[in-house]
Amino acid sequence: MTLREHILTRGVPLPLPTADNAAFYAAARRGELHLQRCTACGRFRHYPRPLCPACLSREHVWERASGRGTVYTWTIVRGPTLPAFEASLPYNVVDVLLDEGVHFVSQVLDCPPDALYAGLPVEAVFVPASDDITLVKFRRRPPAAA
Amino acid sequence: MSERSIRDQAAIVGIGQTPFGKRLDRSEFAMAVEAILAACADAGVDPRVIDGTVRYDMETTDEENLLAALGNPQLRCFLSTAWGGGGAASAIVLAAGAITAGLAHTVLVYRSRARGKQSAYGRASNLGGRYWERLDTALPGLNQWHVPHGLVSAFQEMAMIAMRHRIEYGTTDEHYAEVAVAFRSHAARNPHAVMRTPMTVADHHASRMVSDPLRLLDCCIETDGAVALLVTAAERARDLRQRPAYVLAGAMAAGGHHIRLSTFYERARRDDGAPRVARQLWAMAGIEVGDVDVAFFYDFFTPLVIMALEDYGFAPVGEGGRFVAGGGLAWPDGRLACNTNGGQLSEAFVHGFNNTAEAVRQIRGTSTAQVADCELAFVAGANTDPTGAVILRR
Repeated sequence: MTLREHILTRGVPLPLPTADNAAFYAAARRGELHLQRCTACGRFRHYPRPLCPACLSREHVWERASGRGTVYTWTIVRGPTLPAFEASLPYNVVDVLLDEGVHFVSQVLDCPPDALYAGLPVEAVFVPASDDITLVKFRRRPPAAA
Repeated sequence: MSERSIRDQAAIVGIGQTPFGKRLDRSEFAMAVEAILAACADAGVDPRVIDGTVRYDMETTDEENLLAALGNPQLRCFLSTAWGGGGAASAIVLAAGAITAGLAHTVLVYRSRARGKQSAYGRASNLGGRYWERLDTALPGLNQWHVPHGLVSAFQEMAMIAMRHRIEYGTTDEHYAEVAVAFRSHAARNPHAVMRTPMTVADHHASRMVSDPLRLLDCCIETDGAVALLVTAAERARDLRQRPAYVLAGAMAAGGHHIRLSTFYERARRDDGAPRVARQLWAMAGIEVGDVDVAFFYDFFTPLVIMALEDYGFAPVGEGGRFVAGGGLAWPDGRLACNTNGGQLSEAFVHGFNNTAEAVRQIRGTSTAQVADCELAFVAGANTDPTGAVILRR
């Protein structure tokens, strides 16, 4: 076995919740998308952080988001990639602009490469990845429900 | 502009490098020392007079190693860049700043990389090879917001950024190919380049898609090698062996970072790192974009060169694709001679330090794709990181 093979990451990389973002993952386990919202100016933010980038207030609440948004940009990963993701190749990764005005990087499930486009309406779905971690993914949303 | 400035205070007086290759089976330490000694010999400077260093943030040949290797007892200023490829040209800005401030008179700037696919020599992400093949599986940092979804490496992150540019401005595969083909044509003339086989637009299009819209030939190459540059005060530079490449201007600016993609689009693009560097840089230099004789962009991926042309004002926003069309970046007949060494797409990937060395060769008049009467060379770091750029003058 070469050194490269020896040190290659074979497991599935998963988030390790921290004091700043544990509430996000607790909500995801319940099947809800929660975002930080500034108490002072009302703006949502993601990723979680202790200060509002718009008004510098440290006061915030965790608020349930709609889970709806549109695809802002995307890629189809065709490889190479980590071994943990190789069985899924080719797969999409998207940047979703949520209705709350923040960007969220994830995937659109059950969506063939040709069906992806900027502006595609999507909604959040919740996919358990371990006992602790549920990942927030997306699926296509019929325009009628927009 | 404030009264205090690094304008014209320093010059690059020595350049040195190792051979470049896909797998050299040499340590980063050994390659660093070879490049450093070559830079000192080029300048005619005893390595023991070096009193300042600027280390690339991921560099494994640290100050202790340098002292041990070079027998240098005088090191009194040691700085580091930040944020990966964004620091490529910032290393020169920091060196000029240290010299202007009187913290050092002879500053070594260097980067040694064993980054060929097979060149990893340890588990940590900075120990050679492909960093992304050795990601942790428990992610407390900001990469927890994209790695678990399968976005694990720079080329995948950059694909998302490149795709957005296509969505907004209609940039095409043909535009990407123009960048790759032009830089390969430069590499074909450069005996040090790793990839010298001529490339056509059809060759580019036939290369496999790795992460839409990026093909293999849109990506920089994975190589081993080291580059060192010696920077000294302008008044000392005149007495040394080579024609100095004076640092006319330099600037840095923090901004979005591709490895933190969840916040990359929080800022308007005009407020991001590279456009803010551009405003400072042109103001300090007191020249127009059109005065530049040769430009070196951080060519980690072809569409990012197109975006950098826009960020730095060589092309209007959204027009970068049209700027590169029809051999726009090709020496000697393009609109702007760019990356005349072949860049990181075709010469070697030494985190941009090889591009800076080539900019110095252009100022000296010794490039293998020499721009006639070259007086002003522009060099930029990665434009999707907190970044920096410099203008060198004859």
